[in-house]
Amino acid sequence: MKQSASMPRTILAPILLGVLAVALWQLAVVVLEIKPFVLPSPVSIATEFSSSVSSVWTASLVTGANALIGLLIGAIVGIIAAIIATVLPLTDELSAPLVAAASVIPIVALAPVFYTMFGADKETARQLVAALAVFIPVYLNTLRGLRQARPVHRDLMRAYGASAWQSTRAVTLPGAVPFLFIGLRIASSLAVISALIGEYFGGPIGGLGKSITSAAASSNYSLAYAYVLGAILLGLVFYVVTLGLEKLVSPHRASVSTP
Amino acid sequence: MSTETSAQGQPIASTHPAAVSVAGVSKVFAARKGADVTALEAVDLTIAPGEFVSLIGPSGCGKSTLLRLIADLDSPTSGSIEVFGKTARQARIDQAYGIAFQQAGLLPWRTVRANIELPLELHKVGKADRAARSSELLALVGLLDFADKYPDQLSGGMQQRVAIARSLAESPGLLLMDEPFGALDEMTRERMQTELVRICAETGAAVVFVTHSIPEAVFLSNRVVVMSPRPGRIRDVIAVDLGRAEGRDEGLREADSFFEAVVAVRESLHGEPAGASAVRGVDQR
Repeated sequence: MKQSASMPRTILAPILLGVLAVALWQLAVVVLEIKPFVLPSPVSIATEFSSSVSSVWTASLVTGANALIGLLIGAIVGIIAAIIATVLPLTDELSAPLVAAASVIPIVALAPVFYTMFGADKETARQLVAALAVFIPVYLNTLRGLRQARPVHRDLMRAYGASAWQSTRAVTLPGAVPFLFIGLRIASSLAVISALIGEYFGGPIGGLGKSITSAAASSNYSLAYAYVLGAILLGLVFYVVTLGLEKLVSPHRASVSTP
Repeated sequence: MSTETSAQGQPIASTHPAAVSVAGVSKVFAARKGADVTALEAVDLTIAPGEFVSLIGPSGCGKSTLLRLIADLDSPTSGSIEVFGKTARQARIDQAYGIAFQQAGLLPWRTVRANIELPLELHKVGKADRAARSSELLALVGLLDFADKYPDQLSGGMQQRVAIARSLAESPGLLLMDEPFGALDEMTRERMQTELVRICAETGAAVVFVTHSIPEAVFLSNRVVVMSPRPGRIRDVIAVDLGRAEGRDEGLREADSFFEAVVAVRESLHGEPAGASAVRGVDQR
């Protein structure tokens, strides 16, 4: 509740820095005569972006849809798995090595395998890659949140003679929500990244990833960067929507640490 | 108001069972490698309905442990505890007591009103009855204007008042309070004490009040139970005669009788003979 005074500063400063960086970039490209295949100028990227905005949009929709489906599946499975692991600690113990392994391997590396499993003409492999990438942070953070019940709340629920289900509903589940959203925030960016990178390994064309590679392959570097810009914007949209959802759901929990 | 719960707010006549009856209670916490910690040893204590009793003593004297045993949040290693003639466990299940801790322990995602209604909700009290009861309690603790605020919008003192209102939700005949004002500043603390005295007079509930503060114990109590550590025992029970609860106000804090009682408790805490002015408790161990 202390940001209001420095509001203009916190918003203006990064914008100013961004503008300055872009201007320097433009200057460097012009003055140093940098070849476009090394680094196209911001102006040429912007021109290319606005002239091909409709194809960037369609590509974003394809990649965005894959990311969204992956995010939903991964999040739902992650939440359910976390609840099961809380209720039945045995499942947690059994699956712990698997989860640890999954969080270490780069999941996009599985994309080629999934293309052969589900067919290279389908989006399934990409969605699955995104879902797997999403599952890990959502599962781990939700699990942590579910185990976070404060001793004073546990004492209270016992003093009220509440049943296990009552205290789960009144204290444990709502208490885990902030942790769930930490997982979702990480997962939202991961979903977009995974869905996009997944395209590099094969599958149908049309998405942002494929568009970037094909534009670069045909030496249209400004267009490739225009698609990259589209990818950045898509990632931002996912992140901001998740953040907004969090604020909407839990407006009175500024941070997890406050009691 | 809740109909299933048996304990009601009115003080029960003296022919009825004591509010709390602790007999020969010991509590040993098992530590690793057999180094058990004796938190309480052979504690006897009887608290009458409507009586305000403070437990005071240095850290580790087992005063919080004793309160948790009465609340059936822990079980004694030996001895027996009865609350209104029932076992501690049955009393807990029957909601014979309300409880408040040092941390307010409010649920941050619930409004002030919803926090107060939580115990009623858990015990299936109807919506209209819940709203009526919470309004009553909000008025009692002076927070009607804050009914729809969230805990993070309240000061520490206000949060503690909500916690006290919540502990009173089911009109218990017994209130268990574990340093409820421990985290508050001195000014807020004194105001809360005055309010608690008034609330207790209005509800007629017996209170077991754990505290570190001598003036707090003296100001609030009918009797102050002085405890000593390692192992936790009752060293002394000092009766404080400061008149009816309704008459206690800020002026009392400067009265001679108040200071005399403070001296008596302090001397007992430090292991010296209590002053002549203090009346020794009868049911001393």
